[in-house]
Amino acid sequence: MTVSNHHWRKARNVFMQAFTFVCAILVILPLLLVFFYLLKQGAGSVNWAFFTELPKPVGEVGGGMANAILGTFILISLASCLGVPVGVLGGVFLSEYSHRRLNWWIRFTADIINGVPSITWGMVVYALIVLPMKGFSVLAGGVVLGLIMIPLIMRTTEEVLQLVPNGYREAALALGIAQWRVIVQIVLRTALKGIVTGVMLALARVAGETAPLLFTAFGNAYWTHRLTEPIAALPLQIFNYAISPYDDWHRQAWAGALVLILLISGINICVRTLTRDRFSKRA
Amino acid sequence: MTALIQPMPNATVETKPDPAPVAAVTVRGLSIFFGNHAVLKNVTIDIGARAVTAIIGPSGCGKSTFLRSINRMHELNPDARMEGEIRLFGDDIYSRDVEPVVVRRRVGMVFQKSNPFPTMSIAENVTVGLRLNGERNKKTLAARTEESLRMAALWDEVKDRLHAPAISLSGGQQQRLCIARALAVQPEVLLMDEPASALDPLATQKIEDLIIELKKDYTIVIVTHNMQQAARSSDFTAFFYLGELVEFGPTTRIFTNPAQKRTEDYVTGRFG
Amino acid sequence: MDNHFELGLGELRQKLLLMASRAETAVNDSVQALMQRNFDLAAKVREDDDIIDQFEIDIDDLAIQLLTRAPLASNLRLVTVAMKVSQNLERIGDEATKIARRARDLAQEPPVKISLDLPRLAGMALAMVKDAMDAFVQRDSAAARALVPRDKDVDVLNREIHAALARHMMEQPDTIARCLHWIVAAKSLERIADHAKSIAEEVVYLCEAQDIRHHLKKAGAAPAE
Repeated sequence: MTVSNHHWRKARNVFMQAFTFVCAILVILPLLLVFFYLLKQGAGSVNWAFFTELPKPVGEVGGGMANAILGTFILISLASCLGVPVGVLGGVFLSEYSHRRLNWWIRFTADIINGVPSITWGMVVYALIVLPMKGFSVLAGGVVLGLIMIPLIMRTTEEVLQLVPNGYREAALALGIAQWRVIVQIVLRTALKGIVTGVMLALARVAGETAPLLFTAFGNAYWTHRLTEPIAALPLQIFNYAISPYDDWHRQAWAGALVLILLISGINICVRTLTRDRFSKRA
Repeated sequence: MTALIQPMPNATVETKPDPAPVAAVTVRGLSIFFGNHAVLKNVTIDIGARAVTAIIGPSGCGKSTFLRSINRMHELNPDARMEGEIRLFGDDIYSRDVEPVVVRRRVGMVFQKSNPFPTMSIAENVTVGLRLNGERNKKTLAARTEESLRMAALWDEVKDRLHAPAISLSGGQQQRLCIARALAVQPEVLLMDEPASALDPLATQKIEDLIIELKKDYTIVIVTHNMQQAARSSDFTAFFYLGELVEFGPTTRIFTNPAQKRTEDYVTGRFG
Repeated sequence: MDNHFELGLGELRQKLLLMASRAETAVNDSVQALMQRNFDLAAKVREDDDIIDQFEIDIDDLAIQLLTRAPLASNLRLVTVAMKVSQNLERIGDEATKIARRARDLAQEPPVKISLDLPRLAGMALAMVKDAMDAFVQRDSAAARALVPRDKDVDVLNREIHAALARHMMEQPDTIARCLHWIVAAKSLERIADHAKSIAEEVVYLCEAQDIRHHLKKAGAAPAE
C-alpha cells in the first residue's frame, strides 16, 4: 500500500461523504421548501377567525374554514369506524389463522387496492351510495375514506402481528387459553403500539385525500347537521378556493393548506413519540 | 439423586420403570407424521408419576415432538397427524370429545426461551392462565400468585415488586417466572423443553434444584441435550434416536451401563 | 474434542499395561533373587519399586483429569477401574519388594536345607497376574471370572508351605530365623495372588457392570482368606 494510494482513498472517501450529504439535503429540501412557503403565504391568515368562522359568501372578505376543519375531523372519525375494525380484524385473520391459498389472495388483493388511485374509489362510492341516496353526504365521504384505510391498516396490522414472537402464542396456548383469547389478550395487546401506529399513519394519509371527497362529501358552505347532508372538508375547501379568481380566497387557501400540513405533521409526530416509549428500562 | 432406585440386573429394554407404581402418562404405539415425514415411530412408554423423566437424544430425533404430543402442542403444525394412544392418568387425551384446551390445563409446559408476556407485570404473568380462563376472585388470585412463586423459588426475590414489568427480571428469574406461571393453573404434569439451555451455570443450577423439589408434587418430563443435566436431575431417562425410543430405564443404569449399543455410543459421545 | 478424550482413555490403558509389566518383572526378579540368592537382583527390585509407585500417581492423576470431563457408561467404568487396578498393581510391587528384602536377608546366611514348592507358588501367582491383565486388555469377562477360584489353590499351597516350614522350625530350631523369612516370602506371594484376583473382579465390573467382590454365594467367587 503506497502513500499515494492512501491519499487517493482518503480523497475518495471525503468526496463520497460530501456527495451523500448533499443528496440527503436534496431529499429534505422539498419538504422544507413546502413548509416555509406555506408558512410565509399562510401564516398571516391563520387567525382566530379562520378557526371559528364560516366561509363568507363570494366577494366578501374575511371569514374562515371552521366548518371545513370540523368536517375533516368528522370525516376521518367516521372513516376510522369503518377502516379500523375491518382493517385490524383483517390483519388478525391474515396473521393468526393460516389458510395459505386464501391468505395469499387476500394479501395480493390488498396490495393492488393500495395502489388504486383514490379518485377511482370516489367514483365507486358515488355509484354505490351517492346515487341511491340521491345526494352527497357525510356518510359517503366517511365510507370512501374508510375503504381507502382498510387495506392500509390491514397490511400494517398483519406485519406488526407477525413481529410478535411465536413464543408468546405458544406459551399462552400451553396454559390452556382458548385461541381467540390468546389473539385478543396476548398477541394484540403486545402489538398494540404497532397497530395504533398503523392506524394513525392511515389517518394521516386519508386526512389529505381530496379527489374521492369530490364525489362523495362534496363540500358545504355551512355547518352540516345530518349524516345525510354534504359536508365541508379542508382539502376540498382548499381546492375550491385555490382555483377561484378571488385573492381573499387564495389567501385562505394558503392558510388551509398550512393547517392541513400541520395536522398531518402533528399526527406523524404523535406516532413518533408513541413509538419511542416502546423502549422500556430494565430493572 | 437416584439413591432410591437400584440398577436393573438384566440388560433388556425397559418399558415399565421400576419401582414407580403409578404411571402418569401411558403412551402406546405413538407415531406422529408431519405431512409424509414420520417424526415419531411406534413409541410405547410409561412415564412414572411424581418422578423426573429425562428425554435425551441427538437433534432431530423427535424428542421435542414427543414432549409436545403430551399436551397436544404438536397440533399447532397444520400438517401434523398422529396414530396411537396417550393416556393421562387413564384418560385418553386424544379422544374425540376432549378439547386440546382441557388437556393443556392438566399438562403445563415451560419452553427453552423464557417468554413472560411483556405487557404484563410479574403478578399478572403468574395469574394469566387463571384470569384468561375465567377466574375473577381477587383473593384466590393473590393466594395462587404467592403459592406459585414460592414453588418456583422466586417469591423472596420478587415479593416487593409484584407489579414491576415481568421483563425487568434477569434471564434465570424470567424462566422461574414462566415455571410459576405454568404451576399456577395447577397442572398434573409439567413438561420442560430444554428449560436451562439459555441460562448461565448458576441459573441452571437453580432450575435443576427446583426440578428436584417440584417432583415431590408433580410429574416432570424434561427434554435436554445436556446429558450431565439428565444424569444430575432425573430419575428415569429415555433415549430417542431417529424417531424411535431406543432405551428407557432408571437414569443411573442408562448412564453407567446402558443395555443398547446405540445408547452406549450416544452417551459416550461416539456420535450425536 | 472427543478425540482428545479417547486419546486420554487410550493413554490410561497404556500406562496400566506398562505398570503391570513392571510389576510382573518385579515379582519375577524378586523370586529369582530369592531362589538364586542374588543380592544384587534383590537390590534392583527394591530400587525399581519407585517407578511402580510413580505409575500409580500418574494413573490416578490422569484418571481424575478424565473424570472432570464427566465420562459416562463404559468410559466411566474404565476410569474408576483404572484407579483400582493401579492400586492393586502398586501393592503387588510392594509385595515384590518385601520378597526382595527377604531374599537379601537370606542371601547373607547359609541356605536352609529344605525343599519347598515355592517356585510353583510363585508361578501360580505370576500366572494369575498375567492372566488378569490379559483379560483386561481383551475385555474378556469369562477369563476374568475363571481366574477367581484359582486364588483358593494358591491359598492351599501357601498353607502347605507354611506347615512344612513350621515342622522344619520345630525340628531344627537354629533355622527359625531363616524359616521365618521364607514364611514371609510365601505369604507375600499369596497376597500377590489376592491382588490378581481383585484385578480380575475389576475386569468383570468393567465388562459387565457387575460387582462380584465379596459375594460368597455367586458362582466363581472364592471366599477371601
